[in-house]
Amino acid sequence: MNILALDTSNETLAVAIQKDGKLAAEKMTNIKKDHSSRLMPAVVGLMEDAALEPEHLDKIIVGRGPGSYTGVRIGVTTAKAMAWALDIPIVPVSSLRALAYNGRYFDGYIWTFFNARRNAMFTALFQFENGKLVDVIGEQYAVLDDWFAALKDLPEKAILCISPHIDLFKETIELELKNRTLFASDANRFLRPGNLLMEGAEQQEVPVHFVKPHYLRMTEAEANLLKGKEQ
Amino acid sequence: MEKDYIILGIETSCDETAAAIVKNGKEILANVVSSQIKKHAQFGGVVPEIASRQHTEQITYVLEEAFRQANCTWDDIDAIAVTEGPGLIGALLVGISAAKALAFAKKKPLINVHHIAGHIYANRLIEEFEFPLLALIVSGGHTELIIMRDHGEYERIGETLDDAAGEAFDKVARTLELPYPGGPHIDRLSEKAEASIDFPRAWLDEESFDFSFSGLKSAVINYVHNEKQRGNEIDKAQVAASFQASVVDVLTEKTYRAAKRYDVKQVIVAGGVAANNGLRKRITEKFKNTDIPVYFPPLELCTDNAAMIAAAGSILYEKGRFAAWDLNGKAALPLT
Ligand SMILES: [Zn+2]
Repeated sequence: MNILALDTSNETLAVAIQKDGKLAAEKMTNIKKDHSSRLMPAVVGLMEDAALEPEHLDKIIVGRGPGSYTGVRIGVTTAKAMAWALDIPIVPVSSLRALAYNGRYFDGYIWTFFNARRNAMFTALFQFENGKLVDVIGEQYAVLDDWFAALKDLPEKAILCISPHIDLFKETIELELKNRTLFASDANRFLRPGNLLMEGAEQQEVPVHFVKPHYLRMTEAEANLLKGKEQ
Repeated sequence: MEKDYIILGIETSCDETAAAIVKNGKEILANVVSSQIKKHAQFGGVVPEIASRQHTEQITYVLEEAFRQANCTWDDIDAIAVTEGPGLIGALLVGISAAKALAFAKKKPLINVHHIAGHIYANRLIEEFEFPLLALIVSGGHTELIIMRDHGEYERIGETLDDAAGEAFDKVARTLELPYPGGPHIDRLSEKAEASIDFPRAWLDEESFDFSFSGLKSAVINYVHNEKQRGNEIDKAQVAASFQASVVDVLTEKTYRAAKRYDVKQVIVAGGVAANNGLRKRITEKFKNTDIPVYFPPLELCTDNAAMIAAAGSILYEKGRFAAWDLNGKAALPLT
Protein backbone atom coordinates (compact mmCIF):
# COMPACT_ATOMS: atom_id res chain seq x y z
CA MET A 1 0.00 0.00 0.00
CA ASN A 2 1.45 3.36 -1.10
CA ILE A 3 -0.06 6.44 0.50
CA LEU A 4 0.53 10.17 0.22
CA ALA A 5 -0.57 12.18 3.27
CA LEU A 6 -0.52 15.95 3.59
CA ASP A 7 -1.74 18.77 5.80
CA THR A 8 -1.39 22.53 5.36
CA SER A 9 -4.07 23.67 7.78
CA ASN A 10 -1.76 25.74 9.93
CA GLU A 11 1.78 27.13 9.69
CA THR A 12 3.06 23.56 9.77
CA LEU A 13 3.54 22.00 6.37
CA ALA A 14 3.33 18.23 6.75
CA VAL A 15 3.82 15.63 4.02
CA ALA A 16 4.35 11.91 4.56
CA ILE A 17 4.69 8.96 2.24
CA GLN A 18 4.00 5.37 3.08
CA LYS A 19 5.56 2.89 0.70
CA ASP A 20 4.73 -0.81 0.73
CA GLY A 21 2.95 -0.35 4.04
CA LYS A 22 5.82 1.43 5.80
CA LEU A 23 6.58 5.08 6.53
CA ALA A 24 9.12 5.96 3.83
CA ALA A 25 9.49 9.72 3.92
CA GLU A 26 8.36 12.74 5.89
CA LYS A 27 8.72 16.47 5.48
CA MET A 28 7.72 18.97 8.13
CA THR A 29 8.43 22.67 8.21
CA ASN A 30 7.22 25.16 10.73
CA ILE A 31 8.06 28.47 9.14
CA LYS A 32 5.74 31.28 8.20
CA LYS A 33 5.91 30.89 4.44
CA ASP A 34 3.04 30.33 2.08
CA HIS A 35 1.91 26.77 1.50
CA SER A 36 0.80 27.52 -2.03
CA SER A 37 4.31 27.76 -3.47
CA ARG A 38 5.82 25.13 -1.15
CA LEU A 39 3.38 22.22 -1.01
CA MET A 40 3.87 20.78 -4.50
CA PRO A 41 7.69 21.04 -4.44
CA ALA A 42 7.57 19.20 -1.10
CA VAL A 43 5.32 16.46 -2.52
CA VAL A 44 7.37 16.11 -5.70
CA GLY A 45 10.63 15.96 -3.72
CA LEU A 46 9.40 13.33 -1.27
CA MET A 47 7.91 11.19 -4.02
CA GLU A 48 11.31 11.24 -5.71
CA ASP A 49 13.03 10.34 -2.46
CA ALA A 50 10.67 7.42 -2.01
CA ALA A 51 11.14 6.42 -5.68
CA LEU A 52 7.39 6.50 -6.24
CA GLU A 53 5.51 7.64 -9.32
CA PRO A 54 2.08 9.25 -8.86
CA GLU A 55 0.42 6.24 -10.52
CA HIS A 56 1.90 4.02 -7.79
CA LEU A 57 -0.24 5.73 -5.14
CA ASP A 58 -3.15 3.75 -3.71
CA LYS A 59 -4.62 6.36 -1.39
CA ILE A 60 -4.41 9.98 -0.33
CA ILE A 61 -4.90 11.21 3.23
CA VAL A 62 -5.50 14.89 3.83
CA GLY A 63 -5.86 17.09 6.88
CA ARG A 64 -9.21 18.82 6.45
CA GLY A 65 -8.58 21.42 9.17
CA PRO A 66 -9.55 23.25 11.19
CA GLY A 67 -7.02 26.04 10.85
CA SER A 68 -6.29 28.84 8.42
CA TYR A 69 -9.06 28.86 5.83
CA THR A 70 -6.69 29.47 2.94
CA GLY A 71 -4.19 26.94 4.25
CA VAL A 72 -6.81 24.21 4.62
CA ARG A 73 -8.07 24.86 1.11
CA ILE A 74 -4.63 24.53 -0.43
CA GLY A 75 -4.15 21.09 1.13
CA VAL A 76 -7.68 19.84 0.54
CA THR A 77 -7.86 21.08 -3.06
CA THR A 78 -4.48 19.58 -3.89
CA ALA A 79 -5.46 16.22 -2.38
CA LYS A 80 -8.90 16.23 -4.02
CA ALA A 81 -7.58 17.02 -7.47
CA MET A 82 -4.87 14.40 -7.18
CA ALA A 83 -7.21 11.68 -5.89
CA TRP A 84 -9.73 12.49 -8.59
CA ALA A 85 -7.15 12.43 -11.40
CA LEU A 86 -5.58 9.20 -10.17
CA ASP A 87 -8.98 7.73 -9.35
CA ILE A 88 -7.86 6.55 -5.91
CA PRO A 89 -9.55 6.83 -2.50
CA ILE A 90 -9.21 10.01 -0.46
CA VAL A 91 -9.46 9.96 3.32
CA PRO A 92 -9.96 13.31 5.04
CA VAL A 93 -8.82 13.48 8.66
CA SER A 94 -9.20 16.03 11.41
CA SER A 95 -6.01 18.03 11.82
CA LEU A 96 -6.73 18.24 15.56
CA ARG A 97 -7.01 14.45 15.85
CA ALA A 98 -3.88 13.91 13.77
CA LEU A 99 -1.95 16.28 16.04
CA ALA A 100 -3.15 14.35 19.11
CA TYR A 101 -1.02 11.35 18.08
CA ASN A 102 1.99 13.31 19.33
CA GLY A 103 0.69 12.33 22.80
CA ARG A 104 0.17 8.70 21.97
CA TYR A 105 1.64 7.20 25.16
CA PHE A 106 0.22 9.76 27.54
CA ASP A 107 -2.15 8.39 30.17
CA GLY A 108 -4.68 11.19 30.58
CA TYR A 109 -6.46 13.75 28.43
CA ILE A 110 -4.83 15.00 25.28
CA TRP A 111 -5.83 18.52 24.38
CA THR A 112 -5.02 19.92 20.94
CA PHE A 113 -5.86 23.36 19.64
CA PHE A 114 -5.11 25.92 16.96
CA ASN A 115 -5.39 29.66 17.42
CA ALA A 116 -8.67 30.99 15.98
CA ARG A 117 -7.98 34.64 16.91
CA ARG A 118 -10.17 36.92 19.06
CA ASN A 119 -9.44 34.90 22.18
CA ALA A 120 -10.84 31.74 20.63
CA MET A 121 -9.48 28.43 19.43
CA PHE A 122 -10.26 25.47 17.26
CA THR A 123 -9.94 22.70 19.76
CA ALA A 124 -10.80 19.19 20.95
CA LEU A 125 -10.04 16.82 23.82
CA PHE A 126 -9.07 13.17 23.44
CA GLN A 127 -7.69 10.18 25.25
CA PHE A 128 -6.15 6.91 24.12
CA GLU A 129 -8.15 3.84 25.06
CA ASN A 130 -6.59 0.50 24.16
CA GLY A 131 -4.36 2.22 21.65
CA LYS A 132 -7.25 4.02 19.92
CA LEU A 133 -7.71 7.76 19.93
CA VAL A 134 -11.13 8.57 21.37
CA ASP A 135 -12.94 11.93 21.40
CA VAL A 136 -13.73 13.22 24.87
CA ILE A 137 -14.91 16.60 23.61
CA GLY A 138 -15.37 16.76 19.84
CA GLU A 139 -13.63 19.37 17.70
CA GLN A 140 -15.14 22.81 17.92
CA TYR A 141 -14.63 26.53 17.74
CA ALA A 142 -14.59 27.79 21.33
CA VAL A 143 -13.86 31.02 23.12
CA LEU A 144 -11.32 30.40 25.84
CA ASP A 145 -13.59 30.90 28.86
CA ASP A 146 -16.19 28.42 27.60
CA TRP A 147 -13.53 25.86 26.87
CA PHE A 148 -11.94 26.14 30.31
CA ALA A 149 -15.36 25.78 31.90
CA ALA A 150 -15.95 22.57 29.91
CA LEU A 151 -12.58 21.14 31.00
CA LYS A 152 -13.27 21.91 34.65
CA ASP A 153 -16.45 19.83 34.50
CA LEU A 154 -14.50 16.69 33.59
CA PRO A 155 -13.04 14.15 36.03
CA GLU A 156 -9.69 15.37 37.40
CA LYS A 157 -7.14 13.77 35.12
CA ALA A 158 -3.85 15.18 33.89
CA ILE A 159 -4.06 17.06 30.60
CA LEU A 160 -1.33 17.07 27.97
CA CYS A 161 -1.59 20.23 25.92
CA ILE A 162 -0.34 19.95 22.33
CA SER A 163 -0.48 22.92 20.00
CA PRO A 164 1.80 24.93 17.74
CA HIS A 165 0.23 27.96 19.47
CA ILE A 166 0.87 27.06 23.12
CA ASP A 167 2.94 30.18 23.74
CA LEU A 168 0.01 32.44 22.84
CA PHE A 169 -2.15 31.10 25.67
CA LYS A 170 0.34 29.54 28.08
CA GLU A 171 -0.11 32.04 30.92
CA THR A 172 -3.90 31.87 30.75
CA ILE A 173 -3.83 28.07 30.66
CA GLU A 174 -1.53 27.86 33.70
CA LEU A 175 -3.79 30.27 35.54
CA GLU A 176 -7.00 28.45 34.67
CA LEU A 177 -5.92 24.83 34.93
CA LYS A 178 -3.21 25.17 37.61
CA ASN A 179 -1.12 22.00 37.94
CA ARG A 180 -3.32 19.76 35.83
CA THR A 181 -1.69 20.66 32.55
CA LEU A 182 1.52 19.44 30.98
CA PHE A 183 2.81 21.17 27.88
CA ALA A 184 4.26 19.23 24.98
CA SER A 185 7.95 19.85 24.37
CA ASP A 186 8.84 22.12 21.46
CA ALA A 187 9.41 19.27 18.99
CA ASN A 188 6.05 17.75 19.85
CA ARG A 189 3.88 20.80 19.36
CA PHE A 190 3.68 20.46 15.60
CA LEU A 191 1.87 17.94 13.48
CA ARG A 192 4.26 15.06 12.78
CA PRO A 193 3.50 14.07 9.17
CA GLY A 194 3.46 10.36 9.98
CA ASN A 195 0.52 10.97 12.34
CA LEU A 196 -1.66 11.55 9.29
CA LEU A 197 -1.00 7.97 8.22
CA MET A 198 -2.02 6.63 11.64
CA GLU A 199 -5.22 8.68 11.79
CA GLY A 200 -5.95 7.97 8.12
CA ALA A 201 -5.90 4.24 8.86
CA GLU A 202 -8.72 4.82 11.38
CA GLN A 203 -10.96 6.89 9.11
CA GLN A 204 -13.19 6.13 6.16
CA GLU A 205 -12.79 7.04 2.55
CA VAL A 206 -15.10 9.87 1.36
CA PRO A 207 -16.29 10.23 -2.28
CA VAL A 208 -13.93 12.81 -3.75
CA HIS A 209 -16.58 15.37 -4.75
CA PHE A 210 -17.83 15.52 -1.16
CA VAL A 211 -14.46 16.17 0.42
CA LYS A 212 -14.31 19.66 1.86
CA PRO A 213 -12.54 21.57 4.59
CA HIS A 214 -13.94 21.60 8.10
CA TYR A 215 -13.73 25.30 8.85
CA LEU A 216 -15.84 24.96 12.03
CA ARG A 217 -17.00 28.54 11.41
CA MET A 218 -19.30 30.13 8.89
CA THR A 219 -17.96 33.17 7.08
CA GLU A 220 -18.41 36.59 8.67
CA ALA A 221 -20.71 37.65 5.84
CA GLU A 222 -23.00 34.69 6.51
CA ALA A 223 -22.91 35.25 10.27
CA ASN A 224 -23.87 38.91 9.79
CA LEU A 225 -26.67 37.98 7.43
CA LEU A 226 -28.03 35.51 9.98
CA LYS A 227 -27.82 38.14 12.72
CA GLY A 228 -29.71 40.59 10.52
CA LYS A 229 -32.47 38.06 9.91
CA GLU A 230 -32.85 37.30 13.61
CA GLN A 231 -33.34 40.96 14.47
CA MET B 1 2.34 23.92 -34.70
CA GLU B 2 1.64 21.07 -37.07
CA LYS B 3 0.34 18.57 -34.57
CA ASP B 4 -3.02 18.97 -32.89
CA TYR B 5 -2.86 19.63 -29.19
CA ILE B 6 -5.47 19.83 -26.46
CA ILE B 7 -5.34 21.99 -23.35
CA LEU B 8 -7.30 21.75 -20.14
CA GLY B 9 -8.02 25.21 -18.72
CA ILE B 10 -8.94 26.10 -15.14
CA GLU B 11 -10.24 29.48 -13.93
CA THR B 12 -11.19 30.44 -10.36
CA SER B 13 -10.13 34.08 -10.06
CA CYS B 14 -13.47 35.44 -8.87
CA ASP B 15 -16.88 33.84 -8.47
CA GLU B 16 -17.01 31.34 -11.34
CA THR B 17 -15.54 27.87 -10.93
CA ALA B 18 -14.63 26.91 -14.47
CA ALA B 19 -12.91 24.17 -16.45
CA ALA B 20 -12.66 23.84 -20.21
CA ILE B 21 -10.98 21.74 -22.86
CA VAL B 22 -9.74 23.49 -25.99
CA LYS B 23 -8.10 22.13 -29.13
CA ASN B 24 -5.30 24.06 -30.87
CA GLY B 25 -6.22 27.22 -28.98
CA LYS B 26 -9.28 27.75 -31.15
CA GLU B 27 -11.79 24.97 -30.86
CA ILE B 28 -13.86 24.51 -27.70
CA LEU B 29 -14.43 20.85 -26.83
CA ALA B 30 -15.94 21.64 -23.44
CA ASN B 31 -16.63 24.81 -21.51
CA VAL B 32 -18.05 24.31 -18.02
CA VAL B 33 -18.81 27.18 -15.66
CA SER B 34 -20.32 26.80 -12.21
CA SER B 35 -21.54 30.28 -11.36
CA GLN B 36 -21.89 31.42 -7.77
CA ILE B 37 -23.90 34.55 -8.60
CA LYS B 38 -26.94 33.38 -6.64
CA LYS B 39 -24.82 32.61 -3.63
CA HIS B 40 -23.33 36.11 -3.58
CA ALA B 41 -26.49 37.99 -4.58
CA GLN B 42 -27.82 37.97 -1.00
CA PHE B 43 -24.69 39.89 0.06
CA GLY B 44 -24.94 42.44 -2.76
CA GLY B 45 -21.51 41.51 -4.12
CA VAL B 46 -18.85 38.83 -4.23
CA VAL B 47 -17.71 37.71 -0.76
CA PRO B 48 -14.14 36.45 -1.28
CA GLU B 49 -14.17 33.83 1.49
CA ILE B 50 -17.45 32.37 0.24
CA ALA B 51 -16.12 32.32 -3.33
CA SER B 52 -13.04 30.39 -2.21
CA ARG B 53 -15.10 27.90 -0.24
CA GLN B 54 -17.37 27.29 -3.21
CA HIS B 55 -14.43 26.76 -5.56
CA THR B 56 -13.02 24.02 -3.33
CA GLU B 57 -16.37 22.24 -3.26
CA GLN B 58 -17.06 22.60 -6.99
CA ILE B 59 -13.69 22.07 -8.60
CA THR B 60 -13.73 18.30 -9.17
CA TYR B 61 -17.36 18.34 -10.36
CA VAL B 62 -16.53 20.98 -12.92
CA LEU B 63 -13.44 19.10 -14.10
CA GLU B 64 -15.36 15.86 -14.43
CA GLU B 65 -18.10 17.56 -16.41
CA ALA B 66 -15.53 19.10 -18.77
CA PHE B 67 -14.04 15.69 -19.57
CA ARG B 68 -17.52 14.27 -20.06
CA GLN B 69 -18.62 17.05 -22.42
CA ALA B 70 -15.40 16.87 -24.44
CA ASN B 71 -15.54 13.09 -24.46
CA CYS B 72 -11.83 13.16 -23.61
CA THR B 73 -9.53 11.08 -21.44
CA TRP B 74 -6.29 12.17 -19.81
CA ASP B 75 -4.38 10.65 -22.73
CA ASP B 76 -5.84 13.38 -24.96
CA ILE B 77 -4.66 16.25 -22.75
CA ASP B 78 -1.30 17.85 -23.62
CA ALA B 79 -1.09 20.54 -20.94
CA ILE B 80 -2.96 22.26 -18.12
CA ALA B 81 -3.43 26.04 -18.13
CA VAL B 82 -4.57 27.93 -15.05
CA THR B 83 -5.24 31.56 -14.14
CA GLU B 84 -2.30 32.90 -12.12
CA GLY B 85 -3.82 36.36 -11.54
CA PRO B 86 -5.02 39.01 -11.16
CA GLY B 87 -8.01 38.17 -9.00
CA LEU B 88 -9.09 37.30 -5.47
CA ILE B 89 -6.06 35.59 -3.98
CA GLY B 90 -7.93 32.93 -1.99
CA ALA B 91 -10.01 32.08 -5.04
CA LEU B 92 -7.01 31.93 -7.38
CA LEU B 93 -5.22 29.54 -5.02
CA VAL B 94 -7.93 26.90 -5.39
CA GLY B 95 -7.53 26.73 -9.17
CA ILE B 96 -3.75 26.82 -8.92
CA SER B 97 -3.61 24.08 -6.26
CA ALA B 98 -5.87 21.89 -8.37
CA ALA B 99 -3.94 22.55 -11.59
CA LYS B 100 -0.61 21.72 -9.97
CA ALA B 101 -1.98 18.52 -8.44
CA LEU B 102 -3.41 17.41 -11.79
CA ALA B 103 -0.23 18.30 -13.66
CA PHE B 104 1.82 16.27 -11.19
CA ALA B 105 -0.54 13.31 -11.05
CA LYS B 106 -0.91 13.08 -14.82
CA LYS B 107 2.60 14.28 -15.78
CA LYS B 108 1.41 17.19 -17.89
CA PRO B 109 3.11 20.54 -18.36
CA LEU B 110 1.62 23.39 -16.32
CA ILE B 111 0.94 26.80 -17.87
CA ASN B 112 0.27 30.01 -15.93
CA VAL B 113 -2.10 32.42 -17.66
CA HIS B 114 -2.90 36.09 -17.08
CA HIS B 115 -6.63 36.57 -16.62
CA ILE B 116 -6.81 39.56 -18.99
CA ALA B 117 -4.89 37.67 -21.68
CA GLY B 118 -7.63 35.09 -21.24
CA HIS B 119 -10.37 37.66 -21.86
CA ILE B 120 -8.63 38.77 -25.07
CA TYR B 121 -8.09 35.21 -26.28
CA ALA B 122 -11.76 34.40 -25.70
CA ASN B 123 -12.23 36.03 -29.08
CA ARG B 124 -9.78 33.72 -30.83
CA LEU B 125 -12.25 30.92 -30.14
CA ILE B 126 -14.51 32.73 -32.62
CA GLU B 127 -12.25 34.62 -34.98
CA GLU B 128 -8.53 34.36 -35.81
CA PHE B 129 -6.43 37.35 -34.73
CA GLU B 130 -4.94 39.87 -37.13
CA PHE B 131 -2.18 42.10 -35.84
CA PRO B 132 -1.87 44.74 -34.73
CA LEU B 133 -5.08 44.46 -32.80
CA LEU B 134 -6.65 46.61 -30.14
CA ALA B 135 -8.47 45.06 -27.21
CA LEU B 136 -10.82 46.91 -24.90
CA ILE B 137 -11.23 44.91 -21.68
CA VAL B 138 -14.18 46.03 -19.58
CA SER B 139 -15.31 44.14 -16.50
CA GLY B 140 -16.01 44.53 -12.81
CA GLY B 141 -12.29 44.59 -12.12
CA HIS B 142 -10.78 46.04 -15.29
CA THR B 143 -11.01 48.77 -17.86
CA GLU B 144 -7.99 48.59 -20.15
CA LEU B 145 -6.92 49.23 -23.70
CA ILE B 146 -4.27 46.84 -24.95
CA ILE B 147 -2.36 46.71 -28.22
CA MET B 148 -1.12 43.35 -29.48
CA ARG B 149 1.42 43.17 -32.28
CA ASP B 150 1.83 39.40 -32.10
CA HIS B 151 0.54 36.41 -30.15
CA GLY B 152 1.33 36.65 -26.47
CA GLU B 153 2.65 40.22 -26.73
CA TYR B 154 0.66 42.83 -24.86
CA GLU B 155 1.18 46.56 -24.54
CA ARG B 156 -1.22 48.36 -22.24
CA ILE B 157 -1.90 51.84 -23.56
CA GLY B 158 -4.69 52.80 -21.19
CA GLU B 159 -6.25 51.76 -17.89
CA THR B 160 -8.68 53.10 -15.34
CA LEU B 161 -7.22 55.46 -12.79
CA ASP B 162 -9.91 54.66 -10.24
CA ASP B 163 -13.04 52.49 -10.61
CA ALA B 164 -13.41 49.85 -13.29
CA ALA B 165 -16.39 50.40 -15.59
CA GLY B 166 -18.18 47.34 -14.21
CA GLU B 167 -17.62 48.56 -10.68
CA ALA B 168 -19.31 51.87 -11.55
CA PHE B 169 -22.23 49.91 -13.00
CA ASP B 170 -22.56 47.91 -9.78
CA LYS B 171 -22.43 50.99 -7.55
CA VAL B 172 -24.92 52.96 -9.59
CA ALA B 173 -27.22 49.92 -9.66
CA ARG B 174 -27.03 49.76 -5.88
CA THR B 175 -27.88 53.47 -5.65
CA LEU B 176 -30.91 52.82 -7.85
CA GLU B 177 -31.77 49.83 -5.65
CA LEU B 178 -31.52 47.38 -8.54
CA PRO B 179 -30.76 43.71 -7.78
CA TYR B 180 -27.20 42.34 -7.91
CA PRO B 181 -25.48 42.03 -10.34
CA GLY B 182 -26.60 45.45 -11.50
CA GLY B 183 -25.00 45.79 -14.92
CA PRO B 184 -27.63 43.88 -16.92
CA HIS B 185 -30.45 45.76 -15.13
CA ILE B 186 -28.98 49.14 -16.02
CA ASP B 187 -28.54 47.98 -19.60
CA ARG B 188 -32.17 46.87 -19.81
CA LEU B 189 -33.55 50.02 -18.14
CA SER B 190 -31.45 52.18 -20.47
CA GLU B 191 -33.45 51.00 -23.44
CA LYS B 192 -36.62 52.45 -21.92
CA ALA B 193 -35.51 56.08 -21.64
CA GLU B 194 -33.54 58.90 -23.23
CA ALA B 195 -30.16 59.85 -21.82
CA SER B 196 -31.41 63.28 -20.87
CA ILE B 197 -29.47 63.96 -17.69
CA ASP B 198 -26.09 65.51 -18.38
CA PHE B 199 -23.64 63.43 -16.35
CA PRO B 200 -19.90 64.17 -16.70
CA ARG B 201 -17.60 62.38 -19.12
CA ALA B 202 -13.99 62.09 -18.01
CA TRP B 203 -11.89 62.47 -21.13
CA LEU B 204 -8.78 63.25 -19.08
CA ASP B 205 -5.93 64.42 -21.28
CA GLU B 206 -6.71 64.82 -24.99
CA GLU B 207 -4.01 62.24 -25.78
CA SER B 208 -4.73 59.92 -22.88
CA PHE B 209 -6.21 56.46 -23.27
CA ASP B 210 -6.76 56.18 -19.53
CA PHE B 211 -10.20 56.13 -17.96
CA SER B 212 -11.82 57.48 -14.81
CA PHE B 213 -15.31 56.60 -13.65
CA SER B 214 -15.35 57.68 -10.01
CA GLY B 215 -16.41 61.26 -10.85
CA LEU B 216 -19.31 59.97 -12.90
CA LYS B 217 -20.30 57.53 -10.18
CA SER B 218 -20.34 60.33 -7.58
CA ALA B 219 -22.34 62.58 -9.89
CA VAL B 220 -25.01 59.90 -10.27
CA ILE B 221 -25.14 59.21 -6.55
CA ASN B 222 -25.39 62.96 -5.81
CA TYR B 223 -28.12 63.42 -8.38
CA VAL B 224 -30.21 60.62 -6.89
CA HIS B 225 -29.60 61.92 -3.39
CA ASN B 226 -30.56 65.50 -4.28
CA GLU B 227 -33.71 64.47 -6.10
CA LYS B 228 -34.77 62.40 -3.12
CA GLN B 229 -34.14 65.34 -0.78
CA ARG B 230 -36.34 67.52 -2.94
CA GLY B 231 -39.00 64.87 -2.71
CA ASN B 232 -38.89 64.18 -6.44
CA GLU B 233 -39.71 60.76 -7.81
CA ILE B 234 -36.64 59.27 -9.49
CA ASP B 235 -36.99 58.01 -13.01
CA LYS B 236 -34.67 55.04 -12.73
CA ALA B 237 -34.68 54.37 -16.45
CA GLN B 238 -33.67 57.94 -17.19
CA VAL B 239 -30.82 57.84 -14.66
CA ALA B 240 -29.66 54.45 -15.94
CA ALA B 241 -29.76 55.57 -19.56
CA SER B 242 -27.88 58.81 -18.82
CA PHE B 243 -25.24 57.03 -16.75
CA GLN B 244 -24.76 54.28 -19.32
CA ALA B 245 -24.52 56.82 -22.14
CA SER B 246 -21.69 58.57 -20.32
CA VAL B 247 -19.72 55.33 -19.81
CA VAL B 248 -20.37 54.11 -23.33
CA ASP B 249 -19.40 57.47 -24.87
CA VAL B 250 -16.00 57.48 -23.22
CA LEU B 251 -15.30 53.80 -23.88
CA THR B 252 -16.32 54.10 -27.53
CA GLU B 253 -14.50 57.35 -28.23
CA LYS B 254 -11.22 56.26 -26.64
CA THR B 255 -11.33 52.90 -28.35
CA TYR B 256 -11.92 54.63 -31.68
CA ARG B 257 -9.06 57.08 -31.19
CA ALA B 258 -6.72 54.29 -30.15
CA ALA B 259 -7.68 52.16 -33.13
CA LYS B 260 -6.85 55.06 -35.46
CA ARG B 261 -3.66 56.07 -33.70
CA TYR B 262 -2.21 52.54 -33.73
CA ASP B 263 -3.61 51.73 -37.15
CA VAL B 264 -4.99 48.39 -36.01
CA LYS B 265 -6.49 45.66 -38.16
CA GLN B 266 -8.96 44.44 -35.55
CA VAL B 267 -10.77 45.60 -32.44
CA ILE B 268 -11.82 43.16 -29.74
CA VAL B 269 -14.13 44.08 -26.88
CA ALA B 270 -14.05 41.60 -24.01
CA GLY B 271 -14.84 41.17 -20.31
CA GLY B 272 -18.18 41.07 -18.52
CA VAL B 273 -19.24 44.59 -19.59
CA ALA B 274 -18.73 43.59 -23.24
CA ALA B 275 -22.10 41.88 -22.79
CA ASN B 276 -23.69 45.35 -22.47
CA ASN B 277 -26.02 45.99 -25.40
CA GLY B 278 -25.62 49.73 -25.30
CA LEU B 279 -21.85 49.39 -25.59
CA ARG B 280 -22.12 46.83 -28.39
CA LYS B 281 -24.42 49.09 -30.41
CA ARG B 282 -22.38 52.24 -29.95
CA ILE B 283 -19.03 50.69 -30.80
CA THR B 284 -20.42 48.82 -33.79
CA GLU B 285 -22.00 52.07 -35.02
CA LYS B 286 -18.79 54.05 -34.53
CA PHE B 287 -16.66 51.63 -36.55
CA LYS B 288 -19.29 51.01 -39.22
CA ASN B 289 -17.73 53.32 -41.75
CA THR B 290 -14.16 52.19 -41.15
CA ASP B 291 -12.44 49.09 -42.50
CA ILE B 292 -11.62 47.94 -38.98
CA PRO B 293 -13.74 44.96 -37.92
CA VAL B 294 -14.95 44.93 -34.31
CA TYR B 295 -15.53 41.65 -32.49
CA PHE B 296 -17.44 40.92 -29.32
CA PRO B 297 -17.10 37.40 -27.98
CA PRO B 298 -20.48 35.68 -27.49
CA LEU B 299 -21.98 36.28 -24.05
CA GLU B 300 -20.83 33.02 -22.47
CA LEU B 301 -17.24 33.84 -23.46
CA CYS B 302 -17.43 37.47 -22.25
CA THR B 303 -17.87 36.55 -18.62
CA ASP B 304 -15.20 34.57 -16.80
CA ASN B 305 -14.67 31.09 -18.20
CA ALA B 306 -11.86 28.58 -18.59
CA ALA B 307 -11.97 28.20 -22.37
CA MET B 308 -10.39 31.63 -22.63
CA ILE B 309 -7.65 30.55 -20.21
CA ALA B 310 -6.94 27.43 -22.27
CA ALA B 311 -6.93 29.57 -25.44
CA ALA B 312 -4.44 32.08 -24.02
CA GLY B 313 -2.42 29.21 -22.56
CA SER B 314 -2.13 27.68 -26.02
CA ILE B 315 0.22 30.45 -27.10
CA LEU B 316 2.50 29.73 -24.15
CA TYR B 317 2.27 26.02 -24.88
CA GLU B 318 3.46 26.61 -28.44
CA LYS B 319 6.35 28.67 -27.11
CA GLY B 320 7.18 26.02 -24.52
CA ARG B 321 6.73 28.45 -21.63
CA PHE B 322 5.75 26.34 -18.65
CA ALA B 323 5.32 27.02 -14.94
CA ALA B 324 7.30 25.45 -12.08
CA TRP B 325 5.84 23.61 -9.07
CA ASP B 326 6.17 26.70 -6.93
CA LEU B 327 3.62 28.63 -9.03
CA ASN B 328 1.67 30.94 -6.73
CA GLY B 329 -1.47 33.05 -7.12
CA LYS B 330 -1.04 36.78 -7.62
CA ALA B 331 -3.82 39.21 -6.68
CA ALA B 332 -2.12 41.88 -8.80
CA LEU B 333 -0.19 40.87 -11.89
CA PRO B 334 0.95 43.06 -14.78
CA LEU B 335 0.15 41.82 -18.27
CA THR B 336 3.45 41.40 -20.10
ZN1 LIG C 1 -12.67 38.48 -15.80
